Amino acid sequence: MTAEHPATAAVALPETQAPSDAYVPSARRLERERIRRARTRRATTVATVSTVVTGTVLVLAVLASPGWPRTRETFFSAHYAREALPKVLDGLLLNLRLLVICGAAVLALGLLLAIARTLRGPVFFPLRALATAYTDFFRGLPLVICLLLVVFGVPALRLQGVTTDPVLLGGTALVLTYSAYVSEVFRAGIESVHPSQWAAARSLGLTHRQALRHVVLPQAVRRVVPPLLNDLVSLQKDTGLVSIAGAVDAVYAAQILAGKSFNYTPYVVAGIVFVALTIPLTRFADWTTARMDRRRTQGGIA
Amino acid sequence: MSTTDAPQAVLRLESVRKTFGTSVVLRDVDLEVAPHTVTALIGSSGSGKSTLLRCANLLEEIDDGAVFLDGEEITDPRVDPDTVRRRIGVVFQAYNLFPHMTVLENITLAPRRVHGVPRDEAEDRARELLERLGLGDRAGAYPDRLSGGQQQRVAIARALAVRPRLLLLDEITAALDPELVGEVLGLVRELKEEGMTMVLATHEMGFARDVADQVCFLDGGVVLERGTPAEVFGAPRQERTRRFLSRLVEAGRL
Repeated sequence: MTAEHPATAAVALPETQAPSDAYVPSARRLERERIRRARTRRATTVATVSTVVTGTVLVLAVLASPGWPRTRETFFSAHYAREALPKVLDGLLLNLRLLVICGAAVLALGLLLAIARTLRGPVFFPLRALATAYTDFFRGLPLVICLLLVVFGVPALRLQGVTTDPVLLGGTALVLTYSAYVSEVFRAGIESVHPSQWAAARSLGLTHRQALRHVVLPQAVRRVVPPLLNDLVSLQKDTGLVSIAGAVDAVYAAQILAGKSFNYTPYVVAGIVFVALTIPLTRFADWTTARMDRRRTQGGIA
Repeated sequence: MSTTDAPQAVLRLESVRKTFGTSVVLRDVDLEVAPHTVTALIGSSGSGKSTLLRCANLLEEIDDGAVFLDGEEITDPRVDPDTVRRRIGVVFQAYNLFPHMTVLENITLAPRRVHGVPRDEAEDRARELLERLGLGDRAGAYPDRLSGGQQQRVAIARALAVRPRLLLLDEITAALDPELVGEVLGLVRELKEEGMTMVLATHEMGFARDVADQVCFLDGGVVLERGTPAEVFGAPRQERTRRFLSRLVEAGRL
C-alpha cells in the first residue's frame, strides 16, 4: 500500500561494537546517513497515512452500502457467532484428526511413490509403472468424485472386515488423491538434486539406496518443504469434504446451524477458524526453512 | 577374467572405447598406472580426460575394451561396481561436497555407511586428516562456509578417509583462484611422497611436470603421446603435442 517502498530502511550504524582502530566517521558519511534516515522517516509516514486512508475508505464503503444492516445481521451476528463457535470447534476436532493422520499417511505414501518412480533397472519396471499409473490416475481424478466413489462404493461391495465408517473411508479417499500430488512434489525435489551429488555419493562406494537415503533425500526434502506445506494447508481445507459422507466436521456443523436459523454467521465463524489454523502452520514452515538455511550458510554468501 | 600380463599395475586400461551418441570420446585408449606413481592426463578441454577418469571409476560404462584394477577386470558386468568404487577415491573439479552435512559428516559418511567403521573411530580418523590438511578447526562447519581451497581439501580428505588404493583427481584446481591452487597442489605433492597412486587430469602443466611420473597427452579421444614429463614436455614426438605445448608457452602457462 505504500507509494514509496522503504528500500533504504534503517541502515544501523555499527556503533554498538566499536572497531578497535580509531575510526571517526567522516562528515560525508554522517550526511549520507542523515539523508537515509530522513528518507526512511518519510517512507514510513507515507505508508502509515496511505494504509489508514485505504482502510477507512474500505470500511466506509461497506458500512454505507444499502444492504449493510441486513448483511451484518445475516453474516456477522454476535449472537449466532457465540452459539456457533463451540459446535464449530467440536467439528474442527474431526478436521484436525483427519489432517494429522491423513497428513502423515500422505507424506509416507507420497515419498514411497516418488522413490518407486526413481528406481532404475528392469527388475523394478512393474513397481515404476504402477507408481506412474497411480499418480496419473489419482492426480487427474477430481477429489469429490474420488470421495463419492470410495465412501459410497466401498460399502456397497459388502466386503467382510472392511469398514463402512464414513470418516475412515473419507480419509482414505483424501490419502489416495493427496499422496499422488505429494509424490510429484517429492519427485521434483529428488530430480532437482544435481547429478554431481549422485556421482560423488556413488564414487564413495555408497549403494543407490544409501546415496538416496543419506545424500539425495535430505537435500530433496528440504527443498520441497514450502510446496509440501502448501499441499498440507490444502489438505486441511479439504478435510471438510468428508462431510458429504455424513461426518460432522466444522463445515458441516456450521451448515446444520445455518440451515436451522437461516443465518450465515456460522459459515463465517468456520471460515475464520480455518484461516486462523493455517497461519501458524505457514509461519512455522517459513521459520524452519529459514533456520535450516541460516545454519548451513551462516557467514557465507548463500 | 583375464589377468595375463602386468598384474602389478594398479590401474590398467586396455583398448577402451567410449562414445556419447555419435561422438567418440575415447578410442582405443591404453594406459597403465604402476603402484605409487602419479599419472597426469593433459590435453585441451573435451579431449576425454574427465571421461577417462569416470570410466575408470565405472561412473560411465565403456563401449569396448577393459579396465583392470589390481589385475581384476572391473568392467566385467558380473562385478559389483560398488565394491570397485570402495577401493577408488575420486576428487571432482566442483568438489561435490554434500551441502547438508558438516565437514566431519562429509568425511565420515563413507567409512561409516560403506565400510562399517564405528562412529568414534571414523571421527577420530577424520579429525586426524583435517588436522593434517590444516582444517582442524572447521570440522563442524558446513561446506558453504568454507573457501574454495578449503572445500577442495575437505573433498580430498573425504576421498582419503576410506584409504583408497587409487586416487582419481579430475581437474581439482580448475575452479580455484591462483592463490588457492598452491595449497591444494601442495597437498597432492605430499600424498605422492606418502606413496599414494594417483591419476590426475590437469591444466597445471608446471605441476604435472614436477609431480608426475608419467604424462599422457590426450587429443580427440586418443592417447597421442605418453612418457616421462621430460619426454613429453622436453621432446614431444607428435606435431599436435608440440602445438599444444607451444600455445601454453605463449599463454605463459608453462
